[in-house]
Amino acid sequence: MTKTRFMLLLWILVGVLLISITFAVMLGSVGITPRIIWEILFAKLGIPVETSASRAQAIIIWEIRLPRVLLAALVGASLAICGAAIQALVKNSIADPYILGVSSGASVGATVVILLGAFSALGMYALSLAAFLGAISAVAMVFLLARVNGRTSVIRLLLAGIAISMVFSAITNFMLMMSKQQGGIQAVMHWMLGSLAGAKWSNIAIPFGTLLVVFILLFMNYRQLNALLLGEESAGTLGVNIDRFRIFIIIFVSLLTGVVVAVSGSIGFVGLIIPHLVRMVVGSNYKYVLPTSALVGSIFLVWADMVARIVIAPEEMPIGIITAVCGGPFFIWMLRKRRYSFGEGE
Amino acid sequence: MILLQVESISYSISDKQILDDISFSVAQGQFIGVIGPNGSGKSTMLKIIYRHLKQTSGLVTLFEKDLLQFPQKELAQNIAVVSQEAPVLFDFTVKELVMMGRTPYKKWLASDKNEDYAIVSDSMRLANITHLANRYFSELSGGEKKRVLLARALAQQANILILDEPTNHLDIEHQYQLMDLVRELPITIVAALHDLNLAAGYCDELLVMKDGALFQSGTPEEVLTKETLQEVFRVNAFVSKNPFTEKLHLFFYTEQ
Repeated sequence: MTKTRFMLLLWILVGVLLISITFAVMLGSVGITPRIIWEILFAKLGIPVETSASRAQAIIIWEIRLPRVLLAALVGASLAICGAAIQALVKNSIADPYILGVSSGASVGATVVILLGAFSALGMYALSLAAFLGAISAVAMVFLLARVNGRTSVIRLLLAGIAISMVFSAITNFMLMMSKQQGGIQAVMHWMLGSLAGAKWSNIAIPFGTLLVVFILLFMNYRQLNALLLGEESAGTLGVNIDRFRIFIIIFVSLLTGVVVAVSGSIGFVGLIIPHLVRMVVGSNYKYVLPTSALVGSIFLVWADMVARIVIAPEEMPIGIITAVCGGPFFIWMLRKRRYSFGEGE
Repeated sequence: MILLQVESISYSISDKQILDDISFSVAQGQFIGVIGPNGSGKSTMLKIIYRHLKQTSGLVTLFEKDLLQFPQKELAQNIAVVSQEAPVLFDFTVKELVMMGRTPYKKWLASDKNEDYAIVSDSMRLANITHLANRYFSELSGGEKKRVLLARALAQQANILILDEPTNHLDIEHQYQLMDLVRELPITIVAALHDLNLAAGYCDELLVMKDGALFQSGTPEEVLTKETLQEVFRVNAFVSKNPFTEKLHLFFYTEQ
């Protein structure tokens, strides 16, 4: 991949993202033209334009539809770059951002709030906060279990992730089994499969800020991420302080994944397939993989959310079902391609 | 000038002694060969020198400074390694892999400068892989892969190059090509070698290892004697001279 071709690809993806966002905002029971959307956007950004939009249209676009579409883009980008970074961290192509226990930890937090009414003093923020705390405590446990003699072992990290996920899932299932509230159980199921319906300007600020910080930090270290793919020994001889760098990735990736899961539930598959799809096109160099994954991830999730909104309208399908249904067959198609090795090398 | 000093290092895993009280020094510009049978501790000793493993006791100094005190980046600017195994997860082009040799010189966000591209293309030319620049690493043959890893190590512009059995899996032409290439480099080399005739032909000094200890050291003429080969490698050898290179040459035979 040459630099000019990469820049071209990047601009094309930015264009596709903007068009996808416009489409997604247009979609709904109140018909809105693309022209009106951009007029309102420019007006809100302080650029004076003449607009024919009504006040109702402006509210629907600005307060309801746009936050949701932007959250979809943010979540998609976050999960995709976290997946790419985690795959380098554990040097394993089947890894996804949830492999360190984030989603099962978050599920316990969410279930406690929905079924047992914990943190009710916090009102609408209780669910996100509990999910975030659950996610971070699960990762902290996995991390501590994987430390031996002051070093983080990759295989222990993976196995501890599986063990902690099993324990936390058991806790969630136990609470679900013991619960008598049908509505509550349904709400937990809905949450676990992911939804972007709760998007507001007030709750997309934190994911946006975290995504920005984590993306910049990872991108600044793309050389180290590349070196990790060569193995622990080679990365060390290339000047990477392996242990410190691993801790760095674990902290920031878990932080971003935790924040995203807290607002949208654990949307599966995005963090696994997007990095692979991107490598098929741009190669393995993280200098290209990270920005491309962010854009492709956000485009994918914007479209997945559109499908989630219309497929059983006026009901909403949990977005996790859409990502799995669209992602699965596509991933199988990739598996059958010869040219892409999924990191097997030979 | 002494670059690297190894002072009575030992290494053990739980109760098993792998290396036992090894001392030697490496002077600037030397080509040192490490020879010894399988399991004699050659690779372990090299791994301690490039700090992948930490010795149980003893001291390694680089420029008279404790090796363990070096920040990882500074270490990588001084010591470059071509190790035996080079698994690569996901695929990189040859050019990308050689560029990774510049990693120890890069601060956060620093881009690849013209200087880096020049060093990368020089390294590829030296290792004779310029024509492979845009190929994927996984598509290459064993010998080509070795040369790519060598080019990456060269791009590190280190003072010391450590090679762990660099001629393994190479055909005879590429064995000699690689040895010729590294001998011409203006840097200090420490290489573990299996082929004793290659060691005799290219090294200034040889370290002979047996059972984790340093059995003997000296010029090829001093250490490659009938007696040493008998005792360390358990083979009979007839020591002769290569009529073309005037270097030591060994003929091996058994009693059967």
